[in-house]
Amino acid sequence: MSALAIEGRSPTQLAIRRFAKNRRAMAAFWLVLAVGLSTPLVPLLSPHDYRVQKLEFQKRAPDATYWFGTDPNGRDLMVRSFYGGQISFAVGLLATVVSLVIGVAYGATSGFLGGKIDSAMMRFVDILYGLPHMFLVIIVMSILGRNFLVVFMVLGCFSWMTMSRIVRGQVLGLKEKEFVEAARGLGVATPAIIARHMIPNILGPVIVYSTLTVPTVMLQEAFLSFLGLGISEPATSWGLLISDGAGALNPIRVYWWLVVFPGALLALTLFCLNAVGDGLRDAFDVQQR
Amino acid sequence: MIQFILKRISGGVLTLFVIATLCFFIIRFAPGSPFTGERKLPPEVLRNLERAYNMDKPLPVQYLLRMKGYLSGDLGLSTKYLGKRVDELLFPSFGTSLQLGLLGFCFSLLMGVPIGILAAAKQNRLPDYLSSSAALFGICVPNFLLGPVLVMAFALSLHWLPVAGWPEDFSGEELLKLILPAVTLGAVHVAYVSRLTRAGMLDVLHKDYIRTARAKGVDERSVFLKHALKNGITPVLSYAGPMAAYIFTGSVVVEKIFNLPGMGQHFVDAALARDDAMVMGAVLIYSCLVILFNIAVDIGYSLLDPRVRLA
Repeated sequence: MSALAIEGRSPTQLAIRRFAKNRRAMAAFWLVLAVGLSTPLVPLLSPHDYRVQKLEFQKRAPDATYWFGTDPNGRDLMVRSFYGGQISFAVGLLATVVSLVIGVAYGATSGFLGGKIDSAMMRFVDILYGLPHMFLVIIVMSILGRNFLVVFMVLGCFSWMTMSRIVRGQVLGLKEKEFVEAARGLGVATPAIIARHMIPNILGPVIVYSTLTVPTVMLQEAFLSFLGLGISEPATSWGLLISDGAGALNPIRVYWWLVVFPGALLALTLFCLNAVGDGLRDAFDVQQR
Repeated sequence: MIQFILKRISGGVLTLFVIATLCFFIIRFAPGSPFTGERKLPPEVLRNLERAYNMDKPLPVQYLLRMKGYLSGDLGLSTKYLGKRVDELLFPSFGTSLQLGLLGFCFSLLMGVPIGILAAAKQNRLPDYLSSSAALFGICVPNFLLGPVLVMAFALSLHWLPVAGWPEDFSGEELLKLILPAVTLGAVHVAYVSRLTRAGMLDVLHKDYIRTARAKGVDERSVFLKHALKNGITPVLSYAGPMAAYIFTGSVVVEKIFNLPGMGQHFVDAALARDDAMVMGAVLIYSCLVILFNIAVDIGYSLLDPRVRLA
């Protein structure tokens, strides 16, 4: 085999090549990477601290010392915006991992077992779909308390359903494919079939859908924090910063920087993550549900 | 038709039952009670309160009592506002939320559909690019960010519109208060609706019957608005169901930003205060609305497309 002149490429490698040629998606990818990496770097390099309150510097407009201005407690908004971004990103990624693990495990089990168990498991997912999802999240958050761990666990536990449907559909289709049958005929054990034949083939849709889950979850975190049910002080996140800015709105003076800077970072991140997700979808050529 | 509606309503009742059960046990299984607040109550008072709210009984009995109440149309008593019934607390605010939701809904359809038609008519030309950038903007600027930005721009800086509040009468000045909340609530969906309309229209415009219409000499305007739109709009209609759910979730945020006396703030406060009767009441009302709305959407679907059979 190795003597062949043409080098074989896996579908994943081909997809990565296609993605690299998509200029819009690549630009979004580098941009979101830059924002993501600067969220720990800016607080590290800045002379200000996200917790230090200087009461004589309350609500200062952006200037040479405070590039993003200061908040109502006299804290540097730039450090707070990027520190909050750290939390927003962390919640987005960790909740996606939680939903990925649950969704893939559930969907794969359902698809692999098939039959009555499969239809019962999928009926359960249908019921979950019919529930008013964000209202239940609000109830659970208000009971379990507002901290980082609870936020991403709860959001992850409420967003695995679509992933499980996708994985189940893929597994169901793959089970019937000739190469799986051939492997089984050759006496390959089930775990090996899953590892060698199933997983590489469902990787594409799983990657694409996970990428699109990250911005969704970040948005939900911001929504909860805005309502005062997500991240709580002294920690912060983009949603909480926007909420503080909205709370400081008054007819006498417009403290625009309190809303605009964290808001712009959030919008930029959501935009880029969606663009990367769309690019990956095109690259892996995944049909939407 | 009537059979279909009855079937869907019974399905909806089942969903409501699952939601009520879930809410009840989520709230009750958590440690703590609605009466262990900041103010410590004397044990005798606490015991009397618990008796009055049936909380001295075992959990399954409480659950059955609550469900029995719902069957007879009784939403229970609030523990946060002692002595008040849930329905008398929720119904005034329900009207506000419903009107706000309908406004946001109408705004997103009345803006989104024409933009989508225009984009489809001028495919790959300036209006199309403008509308797709606007749609992208709508998707990455969430309502809790758009709201404060709009307030800063149009209310605090330009002084064109009022900052917050709900109209007290139907005078022109008071009705201006509705504009910013409705726009904030509907903007995200304008984006989705316009994209769906565009896609649906482009799909239909390549069909044979459109070519026939053009060949017969029907003018472009009626080709678009009469022949194509009727079929091209169906993707929007199927989005309208989920959209109703998103709009009611969004109205929680919008009510907070614009300080509107809606059900959203009641709901969040009640959840924080462990006021389970209030929380369940609010969630059930929201769910009822969404279910009824979805039934209406399905009926609309069959009216628009006779091939769709209601079953």
